[in-house]
Amino acid sequence: MTKAIAVATRDIVKTFGQGAHAVNALDHVSVDIRRGEFFTLLGPSGCGKTTLLRMIAGFDVPTFGAILLDGQDITALPPNQRPVNTVFQSYALFPHLTVAENIGFGLLMQGRPKAEIRATTDRMLALVKLEAMAGRRTSQLSGGQQQRVALARALAPQPKVLLLDEPLSALDLKLRKEMQIELKRLQLETGITFVFVTHDQEEALTMSDRIGVMSAGKLQQVGPPRDIYTKPVNRFVASFIGETNFLPATHMGDALQLASGEKVAFAGAMADKNRKVTATIRPEQVRISAPGDGAMDDAIRATVANLVYFGTDTHCHMHLADGTEVVARLQSPASGDAGLATGQQVGLRFAPGALQLLED
Amino acid sequence: MDAEGRQTAASARNGWLLSAPALILLFLAASGPLLVMFVYAFLTPGEYGNVVWDFSLDGWISILFSRDIFTGELGLQDAHLTIFWRSVWLSLITTLLTFLIGFPTAWFIATRPAKSRALWLFLITIPFWTNLLIRTFAINEVIRNDGVLNSVLISLGVISDPLRIIYTDTAVLIGMSYVYLPLMVLPLFAAIDRFDMRLLEAGYDLYASRWQVLRRIILPITRPGVVAGSILVFVPSLGAYVTPRILGGGKNMMIGNFIELQFTQGRNWPLGAALSVTLLVIVMVALLFYVRASSKSTQHG
Repeated sequence: MTKAIAVATRDIVKTFGQGAHAVNALDHVSVDIRRGEFFTLLGPSGCGKTTLLRMIAGFDVPTFGAILLDGQDITALPPNQRPVNTVFQSYALFPHLTVAENIGFGLLMQGRPKAEIRATTDRMLALVKLEAMAGRRTSQLSGGQQQRVALARALAPQPKVLLLDEPLSALDLKLRKEMQIELKRLQLETGITFVFVTHDQEEALTMSDRIGVMSAGKLQQVGPPRDIYTKPVNRFVASFIGETNFLPATHMGDALQLASGEKVAFAGAMADKNRKVTATIRPEQVRISAPGDGAMDDAIRATVANLVYFGTDTHCHMHLADGTEVVARLQSPASGDAGLATGQQVGLRFAPGALQLLED
Repeated sequence: MDAEGRQTAASARNGWLLSAPALILLFLAASGPLLVMFVYAFLTPGEYGNVVWDFSLDGWISILFSRDIFTGELGLQDAHLTIFWRSVWLSLITTLLTFLIGFPTAWFIATRPAKSRALWLFLITIPFWTNLLIRTFAINEVIRNDGVLNSVLISLGVISDPLRIIYTDTAVLIGMSYVYLPLMVLPLFAAIDRFDMRLLEAGYDLYASRWQVLRRIILPITRPGVVAGSILVFVPSLGAYVTPRILGGGKNMMIGNFIELQFTQGRNWPLGAALSVTLLVIVMVALLFYVRASSKSTQHG
């Protein structure tokens, strides 16, 4: 499936400060965002994701590199000449205007005819279900309603790309979940390309068509949520998205020898044998068999250190023979008792294909 | 009445009793002189100043009209109207000038880092700590025919004859704008300081030009500061006395000078008193306008 590219960043570098104090906020970032997709920039605070978003909006100018919109270089265009709108983290609604006036502001500035502004504003109010609030001041609205106004205001001029800068971070958990679904619905209904910035990995996984994981000004990995989660390319991506176990090992060609001594079958071929590697496995892919279950011989030996009950899951923290910590996530049985005890000797197995090798 | 109600009533009574001395003093100090002015406006002028206790409306009538010496008919008093018009006009222009200079200044200060802001505000208020008379004479020294401005311009060869600014309306405008600028800058600063700068980005993002951002976002939101500053400049400008006297040369009188004239050489205290009350009414109207404008803006959030 080849889709047209809506936004492309070409080798973007942004340097703050000068001389010895210069810091690269963005370090050669190139990414293609496809038309009509929900693309998420995910990373911890200070990773450069917001800077990249502000460059697409036009508020920041890259030190080097170019930004293309539908194939045209827009690097030098000011924000008010880019067919791109932003939903700000603080919403930045105009306090002196009503909800309807806020939504119509962009169209008014574009000099659209009054009738069109009215019609579009009404359509946007319906889209975000705020028809009853049209005449209110934005200060009279709840956080979630303000969020919807900010969305409607940014969508009203029908931008080619909608930029969202952590728009859900100010909402409480329940409202955030609702807005996640709402955002996805709006994106599907309008067909507009969404570029969403967040530090919340769950938000990224549930809403995105593709995710770009950023750290320290670099794009670490770009791909659909499933790929990011199941096939992380490096230690940062593996640990930032979901929980995971890191296992130091030696590559033996057709198997991995863990630091604790046990061998695990591993299909991935590698040229140089005896190379030190780090393997990773998600907690839900670790299977535990208690002694007496039989077939303990080829299992990895571990000692239960701690059991943490989470309702649906029970997290079992264990130590391997060499002290490496491994966590398994077990679905809680009906009784709630996982049948394990602290200090118990158990055997571990990894679900086939779940083990991944990381570049360091 | 239940216990809670009794307690509320008692504490309210105590509050009034405790503040009674201050209230009485305030009432006497505020209304006493005003009352004297108001009464004097309805009396007859004495021969050597002061008033004679005969009721008369002449003080009020002669604000706008003069009696023909021969026929005794009332006609509009052009000289007085000119003074009123000049006062209002010069005050409005002063307000506009201080706004045009004050807004960028206040914006500049409000956008400085918090540390240096105090210094800038201090610099703005420094002239306040200097005597008004001295400041006005300093302006006189700058703009008079052989003053600093003309000397510099002539020695630079920009002009060959000195600019005749002193003793004109322009001189009064320069003086009043200089004197009242801090009164404009401070409320504007307070309004701009509260202004959420992130709204600027939202405006640019929604296709507004710089001018549209100023007109559609900045000015409407900082309007309470603009109105407050304008009132604070307009009101004292209207009653200005020292500045027009020194820089206007007594020729270009404003209401303040005209009132003073009635109590000195004019020996017409009732007219002076009536003029003072009129000035007060104009100021009250301006304040009413301010209250309405600012309450409207709070209603708008």
